[in-house]
Amino acid sequence: MNWIPNILFAIVLIIGIGFFAKNVKKLVRNIKLGRDIDRTDHKKDRWNNMIRIALGQGKMVVRPVAGIMHIIVYVGFIIINIEVLEIIIDGLFGTHRIFAFLGGGYDFLIGSFEVLALLVLVAVFVFWVRRNVIKLKRFWNPEMKGWPKNDANYILYIEAVLMCLFLTMNATDYQLQQLGAEHYTQAGAFPVSQLIAPLFEGLSQSALVMIERSAWWLHIVGILFFLNYLYYSKHLHILLAFPNTWYANLEPKGKLDNLEAVTNEVKLMLDPNADPFAAPSEGDEMSEPEKFGASDATDLNWVQLMNAYTCTECGRCTSECPANQTGKLLSPRKIMMDTRDRLEEIGKNIDANGGTFKEDNKQLLDNYITKEELWACTSCNACVEACPVNINPLSIIIDMRRYLVMEQSAAPAELNNMMGNIENNGAPWPYNQMDRLNWKDEA
Amino acid sequence: MSDTIKVPTMAEMMAQGKSPEVLFWVGCAGSFDDRAKKITKAFVKLLNKAKVEFAVLGTEESCTGDPAKRSGNEFLFQMQAVTNIEVMNAYEVKKIVTACPHCFNTIKNEYPALGGTYEVVHHTQFLKSLLDDGRLTIEGGQFKGKRITFHDPCYLGRANNVYEAPRDLIKKLDAELVEMKNCRKKGFCCGAGGAQMFKEPEKGNKDVNIERTEQALETKPDVIAAACPFCNTMMTDGVKGKEKEAELQVMDVAELIANAEDL
Repeated sequence: MNWIPNILFAIVLIIGIGFFAKNVKKLVRNIKLGRDIDRTDHKKDRWNNMIRIALGQGKMVVRPVAGIMHIIVYVGFIIINIEVLEIIIDGLFGTHRIFAFLGGGYDFLIGSFEVLALLVLVAVFVFWVRRNVIKLKRFWNPEMKGWPKNDANYILYIEAVLMCLFLTMNATDYQLQQLGAEHYTQAGAFPVSQLIAPLFEGLSQSALVMIERSAWWLHIVGILFFLNYLYYSKHLHILLAFPNTWYANLEPKGKLDNLEAVTNEVKLMLDPNADPFAAPSEGDEMSEPEKFGASDATDLNWVQLMNAYTCTECGRCTSECPANQTGKLLSPRKIMMDTRDRLEEIGKNIDANGGTFKEDNKQLLDNYITKEELWACTSCNACVEACPVNINPLSIIIDMRRYLVMEQSAAPAELNNMMGNIENNGAPWPYNQMDRLNWKDEA
Repeated sequence: MSDTIKVPTMAEMMAQGKSPEVLFWVGCAGSFDDRAKKITKAFVKLLNKAKVEFAVLGTEESCTGDPAKRSGNEFLFQMQAVTNIEVMNAYEVKKIVTACPHCFNTIKNEYPALGGTYEVVHHTQFLKSLLDDGRLTIEGGQFKGKRITFHDPCYLGRANNVYEAPRDLIKKLDAELVEMKNCRKKGFCCGAGGAQMFKEPEKGNKDVNIERTEQALETKPDVIAAACPFCNTMMTDGVKGKEKEAELQVMDVAELIANAEDL
């Protein structure tokens, strides 16, 4: 019956990874609900961005305390995953510390995992204190009430528990090695767990094995649980930060796209030979005219939707936003959270209705993001600059303004005046274009 | 004071069979706003002094469409853009200088896809190149030792990564350049961008320009230097709101240089 744990392990692994794969499929499906946009040019710059910003955490250290702490957790996460590889092999084949043959190299690996685990624990503790004791403002904005706040803490708890299990596992393993227990290979260096090993001194060998096995199982099950928690939490950035920085805008931040559909219309209007009453060409008749701008999540392009899933709600954007800092309703982080929530709602609707969206009389505009928020933006790009993974909340705000103005004529009255002036006399104020050079002769 | 400035138009230049080295895009604020007109004149004086062959479009210039685009009115923006591009292409314009970062950003970044490709520079970059080429010289003059803080316009800084040209000019004045806590990439908006200039702010507990003015006042400046007519208005209003107008001035970088030169 020795193989029962191995089978059990294989089943747990398959369920854990299978369920995650199913959610990834759903995630990709939802992102693809967005409009098409080509972001495959300048591949070299894109790889550079990804390596510098996602892999290298280049924008995180703009805020040194959070940045350095984050790098510790990030490096810990990546490095300690090498250990997971060993756990999986051990679990499947009933071996113990399969990589032990590496000798001194193995000691170094396990030793550094332990040091990192301790550092991660410290960093997670500091993060928790910043959120819950110091109560940094950006973690307490209105959009952070309820689930987003709990979600952030749950993630910290899970990370702390995983690290404690890892250290417990090693501490008991160390004790068992000392006792010369069968199956427990003499391998690894335990600079941190050695310190907690005395807690387990005097326990019988079978009790130690119990604790070691429990910690081992809980550790790997915990990791699989965390993997599956990602999709339901704000924590997808650990995966999506990479594609998100790769597909990010490479143009100067000030450059907005020119709507192609509008360009075609404008050309037609200015072309003296165009026949405005011409019958639409064959095949055109049935196609609905394209909606200008965005009133719902699916009117946005897929990069904007990926942005929404990537956002980990750190709030650096909102804390730099001049509108938010002066008490306006706008919070760029909320724009991203709302976009994701609405997209999730659309995805669930599609799932519940056999693959097609059933009209739910809701949309991103008004039901999630209000006009007041959209009109508070100064388009200053502070949020775009602040985002450590190159999310662009401004592009969503502009697309939604486009819908308001071009589809609904719903601009604030003063802006309608301004636009009327531009239309009539080529300036945002009511001055005659013929007076444009008067300044030259004024004293 | 302004009786000596020379401001040729593209039409006049063309009539004489000449094509200028650069088109000075004045912009709506620079043409109509009383405060901004002073900046326009200061810049023209510097152009005259450096003997730059420039021209303006005059009555043929029209709004770039920036505030319309940022409001969401892509139609109006593109109508404006296409009309302006037609005029400039007819004059075979190659290089454009403007004292407005909004015009700068729009013409530089958003006109090319609509058929208008030009070399576009901000006036601080242009003045810097005049100095580098030895066509213009400045001495500290009245600003020697004065504390000057520079407010980064969003559409020059973050939007187009131009941070150093205006600072280099200020340093040439032998002034003490003092930075605000939020500067360069972290520059704090004046509150005018995204068409906010033309509307009342949304509900809040403070105006953006007041917040920014307070940040500037922390540096105890003699002058708040701006490089955008809209920032200039917002900061000037902010300084008035704080009743500090007797203690410090809000000036465009071009004005600083023109004044230093007693032009």
